[in-house]
Formats: sequence, C-alpha cells, structure tokens
Amino acid sequence: MLGGLYTLFATGLSLSAGVMRFVNIAHGDFIVLACYALLLLTTMLGLNPAIATLAVLPIAFAFGFGLQRFLLQHVVGDNVLLVILVTFALSIIIENGLLEGFGADPQKISGGWMETATIALGHGINVGVFQVVTFAAAVILVAALDLLLYRTGIGAKIRAVSDDVAAANLIGLSSVRIYAIAMGISFVTVGVAAGFMSIWTNFDPASGPTRLLIAFEVIVLGGLGSLWGSLVGGVVLGVAQSIGGQFDIAWQIMAGHIVFLIVLALRPQGLFPKY
Amino acid sequence: MTTTAASLLLAVEGLSVFNDKFRAIDHVDISVGAGEIVSIIGANGAGKSTLLKAIIGQDDRVEGKISFAGSDIVGQATETIVASGIMLVPEGRRLFPSLTVEENLRLGWSVGRKGAIGFADVWRQFPILAERRMQKAGSLSGGQQQMVALGRALLANPRLLLCDEISLGLAPKVVNELYALVPDIKRRGIGILIVEQDIERSLTVADRFYCLLEGKVTLAGRPGDVTRDVVMKHYFGL
Repeated sequence: MLGGLYTLFATGLSLSAGVMRFVNIAHGDFIVLACYALLLLTTMLGLNPAIATLAVLPIAFAFGFGLQRFLLQHVVGDNVLLVILVTFALSIIIENGLLEGFGADPQKISGGWMETATIALGHGINVGVFQVVTFAAAVILVAALDLLLYRTGIGAKIRAVSDDVAAANLIGLSSVRIYAIAMGISFVTVGVAAGFMSIWTNFDPASGPTRLLIAFEVIVLGGLGSLWGSLVGGVVLGVAQSIGGQFDIAWQIMAGHIVFLIVLALRPQGLFPKY
Repeated sequence: MTTTAASLLLAVEGLSVFNDKFRAIDHVDISVGAGEIVSIIGANGAGKSTLLKAIIGQDDRVEGKISFAGSDIVGQATETIVASGIMLVPEGRRLFPSLTVEENLRLGWSVGRKGAIGFADVWRQFPILAERRMQKAGSLSGGQQQMVALGRALLANPRLLLCDEISLGLAPKVVNELYALVPDIKRRGIGILIVEQDIERSLTVADRFYCLLEGKVTLAGRPGDVTRDVVMKHYFGL
C-alpha cells in the first residue's frame, strides 16, 4: 500500500525525466510546497482535504506550465547541468521559504474518519481505508496518464517532442508549449501526491529531498519513462521497506535502498525500460 | 519567368542568412507561384537547406524579406507559418520513430490548415501505409518513411510545400513513386519548392529553377531554356 504513495511521488518525475529528458531536483520540494498550500486551504478556509486537493490541481498545472515556460525553458538544451543547477536552486529557495513562513515544526493534515477506518480482510488482517484509497489513486493516476499519453492528440505531441525536439519544431509543433503542458501535467501529479502525503505522514520544510530520493528510486526501479513501471517500482520499494520494518524499524528505509541497489546492479535499465 | 502578382505565393527578396562566421545565404531573390514547381539546385553547402529553414522560420539570423501570400513572415514562429500554409518535408524525413504511422500523419493534420486533403487521400496514394497505420514509424523502410513524411506534410494542407532532399538514400523505384505525386499536388494549386541533389530529376520536374552557389543565385530560368553545360558551369562555379 505504501507503494501507492511512492508511485504518486514518482509519476510526475517519471513524466519530466522520461519525456523531457531532464531531472527536476526540486520535485520533492514542490510536493512539500503543495502540502503547505493544502495546509493553508484546510486550516484557514476549513476546506475538506479532498476538495482542497482538487482545488490545488488546476493551480498546480498553471504553476508547472509557467515554471517551464518562463524559467526552465531557458535552460533546457544541450547542457543538462544547467537544469540541475536551476532546479537545485529552486529546491533551496522552497525549503528556506517554507522554513521562514511556517517554521520547522512538522505539520500534518487530518484525513478525518478515513484515516483511522480499516477494512477487515479476514484471517485477522486489516488494511486502512486511506491506504487502499491511496493505492487506488495511484493506479488511477497511472492509468489516466497512460491514456493521456497514448490515446490523445496532446499525448502524441508530447511523445513526438520527446522523440525529436528539432523535428517537432521543423514541422511547426511548438516544443516550447508542449514542454510547458507536459510540466503542467507533471505538476498536477505533484498536487495529487501532496494530497495523499499530507494526510499519510508528517511533513516539514526539509521533507522534500527524501521524497525526491524515493521518486528517483521508484522510476529507476520501474524503468525510466515507463508509467506502469513506476507503479511496480513503487510497490517493490514499498514492500521492501515494510518487510525491512518488520524485522527492525531501523531497517525500514535501508531495506528499500538495498533492493534498489540490487536491482540497479542486476538490471540497470530498470524492470520495464522504455528507452 | 515572372509569375503574376495574383498567383504569387512566396517572394523572397534580398534574403541573407548568417552562420556563425559568414553569410550562408547572400542576398537571394526567389519566387514561387501557386501550382508552380520550383527547383533549387546547388552543390553541398551551397545553402539550399538553410534557405528552406529560413522560410519555415527555424533560423533567426535572417535579413531581408520573405513574403508569403502577401504578408511578411520573417520573425514569425514556425507554428504560425505552418498554420498559414507552408509545410516542410524535412531532409532525412524526421519522423517520430516511437509514434505509429497514423499518429505521425495526424500531427501533420493538427499543425496545418484544415483543408481538402484528408487521411483518405493519403491511404489512397500510399496503400502500404494504410496497411501499416498502427505500426511504429521507426519500423518502416526508408521509402515508406518518406511516404509518411510526405503524407504528413500534405495533411497540413499547405499552399506551399517545401521538399528537402526527398530522394536521398532511396531506391529509384521508390523515388519515382513519390515524384509521381507531384502533378497531382500541382493540380491542387499547391506551389512546390524542391531542393534536390539529383539535378536530372529536379530539372525534369520543375517549371523553373534556381542554381545556388556559395549562398548566391548564380543562374535562374526554365529548365528547357538552358543547356546542361551552362547549368553545370554555374553549379560548380567554373
């Protein structure tokens, strides 16, 4: 079930890394930023977390679109280092901005009854309703993105630009706009991820890099650019951590990293490579 | 050799395109009328492809005037230029290999002007593409890929078609098949600007031609009006 949350972290990064061929170092920080936006909406306006999340999605799209169009577009190109530097800078800005605005205290959004309700599966096994919903959301998100990329006109355009940017420009397909739309979509997934993460776990301004690391491991496990692969990657990582945690809580995170390293060593292209 | 103002589609006047160090195109004047086939010939590095790139808006170091259907298009985005009716068949085909044949074609339709030419026309012209519409474009043979590239361009319903080295690397039989389409395109009133290494083929099909050498037009006229020797002389700058 934890794998669902990890998949949610990873889909947006998978989209930007696999399609646009660049790495958004601030991905995790943007998730945390969205968590704080949700915190404001739920505490100040008293919105239900689900409604707040839905409200954040269009804003997230516009934010991602604008970020790509007016900032990142200037640094995409031959030099990958530039993108890394700029997004790293964004990461630092967000972390310190949040620290300044909200302080270092861990925050959490209450999910209400759903957070504590469980479903009995029999044989004494219970699963949390919220965990099931999160996993379902991850499956739906991956399926929706898959449909979007492979069944729609804009999806074909995104894949075309991913195939050959210069050729796209030559035939009048504006790569600048397509990139911006793809980033917007990536940010919608950031909003969804934040919606579930903010209820699942505590967050503080420095939570971002950990989420980025998880997202990275998930997409590398699943295979770069493969959406269904990131679902499998998320589950593998989640299960590994849970099993590790059963033995010793200190081994929880470590077990995930160990599985990641083993897969990386044996199958560096990931489980379901696209490229 | 002049076209009347009413049917004039493309008028390039005093165009220069700059590379890092020199003028790749040096004060070039070229015109194409509706339904007219114009060839650009010239040796490697003469500036033929650069000229096409400048027309389609993919080169921003441009001086001079390029007017299309009466309005100046220098500085416009490629997107706008394509939507107004110029489409390029790029050198080397430049399909999107991971997309299916149909998706590649659909992109042409979506960037262009919506017009009379539809998918049915492409399937009729190239039945093999209809069979392979769900196949990845990257899995096709070179000739079939060129058919997709041409189909993609035609689906944009251009008023002016720019063809860059269509025959390059293809078997003569396939090239004949592609060139067999030219009269039909011409009949639709579409102007065609052809860049070819293959002088023979290029001059056979063209109404008029320009010979480029080191970025300058060294000879222009109708293929029937000049001898082969004169063309060769200007081609190589002898």
